[in-house]
Amino acid sequence: MKLVISKQAIENNQLDKVEEISGEKIYRCYQCGRCSAGCPMVEAMDITPNQVIHMLQIGDPEVLTAKAPWLCAACHTCDVRCPHGIDISRIMEAIRLLSLRRNEDFLAPDSLPGEVYEEMPQIALVAAFRKFTA
Amino acid sequence: MTKIAYYPGCTLKDQALGFEETTIAVMKKLGVELAELSRWNCCGTVYSLSSDNLMLQTAPLRNLVRVKEDGYDAVVTLCSMCYNTLKRANDLVREEPEKLDKLNLFMNREEVDYTSDVKVYHLLEYMRDEIGFDAIKKAVKLPLEGMKLAAYYGCLLTRPETLGFDDVENPTSLDKLISAMGAEPVKYAYKTECCGSYETVSAPAAVAERTYSIVKSAASAGAQAILTSCPLCFYNLDSRQKLAKKSHGDLKEMPIMYITQPLAVAFGLDQEICRFERNQIKPDSLFEKLMSPSGEST
Repeated sequence: MKLVISKQAIENNQLDKVEEISGEKIYRCYQCGRCSAGCPMVEAMDITPNQVIHMLQIGDPEVLTAKAPWLCAACHTCDVRCPHGIDISRIMEAIRLLSLRRNEDFLAPDSLPGEVYEEMPQIALVAAFRKFTA
Repeated sequence: MTKIAYYPGCTLKDQALGFEETTIAVMKKLGVELAELSRWNCCGTVYSLSSDNLMLQTAPLRNLVRVKEDGYDAVVTLCSMCYNTLKRANDLVREEPEKLDKLNLFMNREEVDYTSDVKVYHLLEYMRDEIGFDAIKKAVKLPLEGMKLAAYYGCLLTRPETLGFDDVENPTSLDKLISAMGAEPVKYAYKTECCGSYETVSAPAAVAERTYSIVKSAASAGAQAILTSCPLCFYNLDSRQKLAKKSHGDLKEMPIMYITQPLAVAFGLDQEICRFERNQIKPDSLFEKLMSPSGEST
């Protein structure tokens, strides 16, 4: 497979921001895939957690519009298993925050039907808004 | 009677009322009074995973300031999510004192500065380390003999590893509590698998798949019910079975309970306090034999 890594992509400071916000070192990942193997939400994701990191490593900006970070439940299964001690949950949070800090909602509270508010426990709603609402 | 500060959190006062009431009652039987904090606020539910926004740590830390104000050095919480958020915020300021200084400046209207000296316990941790499962076993009046229960730890009770609650891949605290009740803890593969958490709001179908896998795994090990200490796991495992059944016809309904609900029954407390009417899938029938006079003698 031919992989083109442009200088421009590597210098994309949006991606540097991910390291800054998460406090995690993206280049420590050697792509073993253990994070993806144990991820409870991976089946619903468009790209796997190790692919998210790979895209960050090669500076592919499409990672910023992937669905995967929005399906991460921050359950820390990946980070307790990562042989290099990378907390992937923090990387997923950083990618979400790049959108949320531009005031772009992934989940707008007024888009939810009324029964959701009646039926769901408060912690579900508060947690979802913390993760998905700008 | 020992008295310890108690932080309830939002859901314990509403959907998980049965968890709160059974916990207060069983702890009283064990000689511990849970003294609810005179003031408390939402812990934030999820621990902030960003390194550059300390402001999000003020919500959990304010509750720890409240613990000190009420004259306590330790606090117990029941909800796994509250535990995770409070404990990790506490650990953060213990490890990085300069962040504590900054956070105290953020909270400069508080009468006292936080000095990172509150111990945060999860109920299960307090039972294990301060009361002991042997003492709990001795307090059991109606052992749940013959009952097979699945201990479900989920994600935030044990992870990340720095939380130090139990082994991250094979925790056993809840299994031991189940044994103390006189029931049998089943061995199954999904006890630490995440239920999908808050994704239930935006991706309910994906969470229903998780529910299916977890319930099926527990059922195949012979479990009659699953126990959890997290109101969000409770909701996902209990309510999402309905959605899971639509795509998985083979799913047999499994009741979900909070850890102290069967314990309250085993202690001979009034089953009313369990508030099983709030469960989508009712666990009452599990206890019928136990509660009837003939059941007791068998």
